Amino acid sequence: MSTIHAHEIDNTGDVPGKRAPLVLGHTDFHQVTNTICRPNEMRKPPMAWYVMFGISMMLVMNLGFVVHYLIFTGVGVWGLNNPVMWAFDITNFVFWVGIGHAGTLISAILFLFRQKWRTGINRFAEAMTIFAVICAGLFPGIHVGRVWLAYWLFPIPNQMGMWPQFRSPLLWDVFAVSTYFTVSLLFWYVGLVPDLATMRDRAKGKVQQMAYGLFSLGWRGSNRHWHRYERAYLLLAALSTPLVLSVHSVVSFDFATSQLPGWHTTIFPPYFVAGAIFSGFAMVVTLAVPARELFGLKNLITLRHLDNMNKVILVTGCMVGYAYGMEFFIAWYSGALYEKFAFMNRAFGQYSWAYWIMVSCNVITPQLFWFKKVRTSIPLMFILSLFVNVGMWFERFVIIVTSLANDRFLPMIAISEVKGVMPQADPHWEGWHQSHGAGSNAAAAHSANGDNS
Amino acid sequence: MSRFLFPRWSNALLPFVLIVGAIAPLYVSLLVAYGFSPKTLDGQYQPEQPVPYSHALHVGKLGLDCRYCHNTVENASHAAVPPTQTCMNCHTQIHKDSPRLVKVRESYETGMPIEWIKVHKLGDYAYFNHAAHVTRGVSCLECHGRVDQMEVVHRAQPLAMGWCLECHRNPIDHVRPPEEVFAIWKPTDSWTKDQRLELIKKNDIHPNDYCSTCHR
Repeated sequence: MSTIHAHEIDNTGDVPGKRAPLVLGHTDFHQVTNTICRPNEMRKPPMAWYVMFGISMMLVMNLGFVVHYLIFTGVGVWGLNNPVMWAFDITNFVFWVGIGHAGTLISAILFLFRQKWRTGINRFAEAMTIFAVICAGLFPGIHVGRVWLAYWLFPIPNQMGMWPQFRSPLLWDVFAVSTYFTVSLLFWYVGLVPDLATMRDRAKGKVQQMAYGLFSLGWRGSNRHWHRYERAYLLLAALSTPLVLSVHSVVSFDFATSQLPGWHTTIFPPYFVAGAIFSGFAMVVTLAVPARELFGLKNLITLRHLDNMNKVILVTGCMVGYAYGMEFFIAWYSGALYEKFAFMNRAFGQYSWAYWIMVSCNVITPQLFWFKKVRTSIPLMFILSLFVNVGMWFERFVIIVTSLANDRFLPMIAISEVKGVMPQADPHWEGWHQSHGAGSNAAAAHSANGDNS
Repeated sequence: MSRFLFPRWSNALLPFVLIVGAIAPLYVSLLVAYGFSPKTLDGQYQPEQPVPYSHALHVGKLGLDCRYCHNTVENASHAAVPPTQTCMNCHTQIHKDSPRLVKVRESYETGMPIEWIKVHKLGDYAYFNHAAHVTRGVSCLECHGRVDQMEVVHRAQPLAMGWCLECHRNPIDHVRPPEEVFAIWKPTDSWTKDQRLELIKKNDIHPNDYCSTCHR
């Protein structure tokens, strides 16, 4: 059989009764292994990698600077003020936890549904999950202000005779996110064991052999090894599947369980989960496009993979748009004055600019994915996925800040309005920098990670 | 294909790795519970004071009342540290040329206070009220120990939040008749448990443990 080049074949079509090829241009497993191992075995990464990694590292240093500034000065540098007592920290936290969900969905749910195309992207989507959860974890850690007391988040016996408030969703968050991180890490690592063994067997240097050997846990590829590996992977997939739905539901409880118009709605858990998968898949596309270009993985992460992911973005984007609409409908239908005010204020108040950024990025942009031309165009999908990332960040910002800023529910705020004081959050530059910094943190970690898909 | 594998003896190391992994969470918990306690971090804090004032001599031997110097203790949240003038009530007559009192005389002449070092320091987010405790029968002894036996004052109790709560949740072991509060040489169990229970009822002692009791 002669070798067929990737760009000569279009595998995005759906012919009934005929499977579209998952991998292009390869005749056997050995060639696939060669292609996958190439980025890790290159003597020098491509120049573009250095440029992107350099930019990411500069932004990470910026993050380090602003985080230190925050720790030494206090959380006031975020521009927090009564009544907007949290904005950037929780926005970034929710955003990053959400990003992680695509990785888990790809690795767990698509695995259980026997979606074979997931194998092209699952490993690096899982790695993205892990780095995203680390980024998310940064923000509760620094928003406590006295970072050296961040261990108070955990129920550890202490000299104060004090426990966290078990009725608070913020503590549920601690459990949800730490469980999520642990299971994601285990899932990623268990899946990686045979790959690490392959790397070990191909490695030339003694140090590489030792390192890969240590982490491949003595894998020899025997039948018994494969049998147990498959079992463990299946069990972990079953464990991770409920997490896709539960983690962001718990995160949404941070808002839904409080009695604030704009937050106190039952639609929040499914709405947050849909948003999480939406933003997560956009991030996978954002990362997959340059990765397949730079590391020559176009035959493994084919146009069909990207097409599939864009379909998921379209579906979840519609769900998110439905949720936005339903929130307004219920605000009107409930007849609750405060609820009505909260939503009118969201769309036409002093933060309407953020609201309309959110709507145009999250509801209008993904509609372009109805067209196959758009779904299969690399530059277009890259740009659209960036729009979705921006939009989903603003979604959290809008939910959190607009609901708090003009809340007519609390009597205190009503008084401040009588006095002619309009409470507002004043988003300072530190907040923006940290948001960007965490992004590049993940990007840097991601590019350092390489791709073992 | 030559395959690199670790030698068989390295399997023996596996149990150690597992044991360390299993013990690590327990270790962290114990480290936080005991290691981060003021009992460990501050111990019996005993700084050297600018003037070698001996409570053992003045209180233990000469029988000065606590309130002679710390005169605001019954009426205010803060128990005053005495001004130099209080020292000089006696020391213009007694040991007036003692070399140990050089700094006291200097302070008396210049009007600059002696810089005593605070031994019992609470966080500024904890509002402790001396008057509230002293007038209801919590003796100085309970927090400050046998000051009448201390040459140099040290911290007798940990002053940790958990330690405050112990008494707030179960005050019976720490109360006495209010008129005996300053008799710090009398141990609290000079009064029987029944007598103390009677005192709690009579003096209406019901300390609470809400956050806002101390953190306002």
